[in-house]
Amino acid sequence: MFLLRRLANYVLLVAVATSLAYLLAASALHPRANYEGRAAHPPEAVVNARLTELNLNDRTPLWQRYVRWAGGVLRGDFGRTWQGESVNAEVARRFGVTLRLLLLGMVLGGVIGVLLGALSAVRQYGAADRVITTGSFVVMSIPVFVLGVLLQVGAIKVNNATGVRIFEFSGEYSAGLSGGFWTQLGDRLKHLVLPTVSLAAGQIAVFSRYQRSAMLDVMAADFVRTARAKGLRRRTALLRHALRTALIPSVTYFTYTFGILLVGTALTEKIFGWHGLGEWFVDSVGQNDVNAVAAVNCLAAVLVLVAGIASDVLYAILDPRVRVG
Amino acid sequence: MSGSGSRSGVVARRAVRNVPAVAGAVVLVLLFLLAFLGPYLTKWGYQDKDFTAFRQPPSPRHWFGTGDAGQDVFATTVRGMQKSLIIGLLVAVVSTGLAGVVGAFAGYFLGAVDRVLMWVVDLLLVLPSFLMVAILSPLFRGATWLLFAALLAAFMWMVTARIIRGMTMSLREREYVLAARYMGVPPVRIVFRHILPNVSSLLIVDATINVSAAVMAESALSYFGFGVQPPDVSLGTLLADASTQATTYPWLFLFPAALLVLIVLSVNLIGDGLRDALDPASGKAAR
Repeated sequence: MFLLRRLANYVLLVAVATSLAYLLAASALHPRANYEGRAAHPPEAVVNARLTELNLNDRTPLWQRYVRWAGGVLRGDFGRTWQGESVNAEVARRFGVTLRLLLLGMVLGGVIGVLLGALSAVRQYGAADRVITTGSFVVMSIPVFVLGVLLQVGAIKVNNATGVRIFEFSGEYSAGLSGGFWTQLGDRLKHLVLPTVSLAAGQIAVFSRYQRSAMLDVMAADFVRTARAKGLRRRTALLRHALRTALIPSVTYFTYTFGILLVGTALTEKIFGWHGLGEWFVDSVGQNDVNAVAAVNCLAAVLVLVAGIASDVLYAILDPRVRVG
Repeated sequence: MSGSGSRSGVVARRAVRNVPAVAGAVVLVLLFLLAFLGPYLTKWGYQDKDFTAFRQPPSPRHWFGTGDAGQDVFATTVRGMQKSLIIGLLVAVVSTGLAGVVGAFAGYFLGAVDRVLMWVVDLLLVLPSFLMVAILSPLFRGATWLLFAALLAAFMWMVTARIIRGMTMSLREREYVLAARYMGVPPVRIVFRHILPNVSSLLIVDATINVSAAVMAESALSYFGFGVQPPDVSLGTLLADASTQATTYPWLFLFPAALLVLIVLSVNLIGDGLRDALDPASGKAAR
């Protein structure tokens, strides 16, 4: 019952958020400018008819456009881009690209970050702690788009120095590459390395900071001392009791960092030339493409809430007090 | 430094002992001086073009080299720093203030006020700020950058507001708050006089961290053309112009990038040091 009410609230939030995004996009962006900017002006009547057909005509009252758009969304149709292509098809094509980056960045960032944070707490003020702390401070201060470009420059330098294309820094795969399954897979993995690094680095830095402070709080706690007193080795006590408890606060941060991760994915896609949703969004705003922008916003809202639910579930798994019944 | 036992004295001493934080503060002051005095050190304005030098590496004539159209990279970078720093500071102050007020009101009044405010917080958390500011960017094309700063601030306060709300809910049962209430002090005055000063240390730390977050957000949005609009420049727009030429003309990219990273790093170090100094539970940095 509690879960159902929570779910209903989530659905309502997504609906309001998406509607708001649509209304803002529809009033701030002007698809008509795309036609007016052309060298050969199409006749106004033609433009009007075309815009009305796509539900992008700014002469139609906003609420009428909204009703038509919302009706489509309820049937699972996000409308058409200003060039007349189906938004749904484009989303389906690009979603996998974004999801691959997002999941890798999230999992690698979270796991490596938590492990580094735990290590640096256990070795507090030791050499490892100093290196990790300094490193995470520096990485946290480098915006994704600077890190991405630096990685590209570094990759070009390494490639030139060795004479081999060790690193790929543009696109998802080499166009026109012939070869079997393994060659293709290897090629894709090569393209995946740099974007993943630039995306995960920031997450690793943030999570290592959170985990370090959470771990330090917990390590002084009575139950860890009890675990040691009852004869557990230091390693076991720390891993089984301290690390697990210290994960709980980090999990709550997970939802908050997810929004940052989404933006980071958009930046990474744009810099490394991946044709994902983030790149599409940036281009769509530039092209006044209202329906595309609204669709990306809806997906982002859903993803944020999925991350929220995931962190609730993780929380329940880690913290026995939360489990009901 | 004030009396040996006073809280501000303890805080100040802890802060001074924190070497990274002091280093951060020194670097930040130097960066501010560079940003606001820099324009007077060179004869080139940020919109001047030197038609005898296109894409030249750093030289005594152009300290940071020149760009595509002969712009002096030092002049544009310094100008960009000004924009980034001002926007960062402004956004941090506004968003932290908003977070404090909203959180304190929700936590003090509870009931319907709380539900409405927290629902707005949830809603804004669901809408990624980057997307929203990007959508609204056509509105401030040609308008003042203040609108852009206001929008950035409007999407940055939610998480802090939640934390402040939680703290307020425990503060409102304290004796001095109860006493004020029974003496008939109006609720709004209690919030500003008794609640907000008692969460101020969190707000100070938050404002500091928000400066670096705002500088980052500003430059990321400007990088895509959703932020500061030409002919004005910020570090983000400079980096966007330079990013495709980073291998061939590295000075175009490296100088703005290094200064951006330095700004964010120094602010982060100050924030971390302040957090340690203001935390009453931090035992190691004792008197």
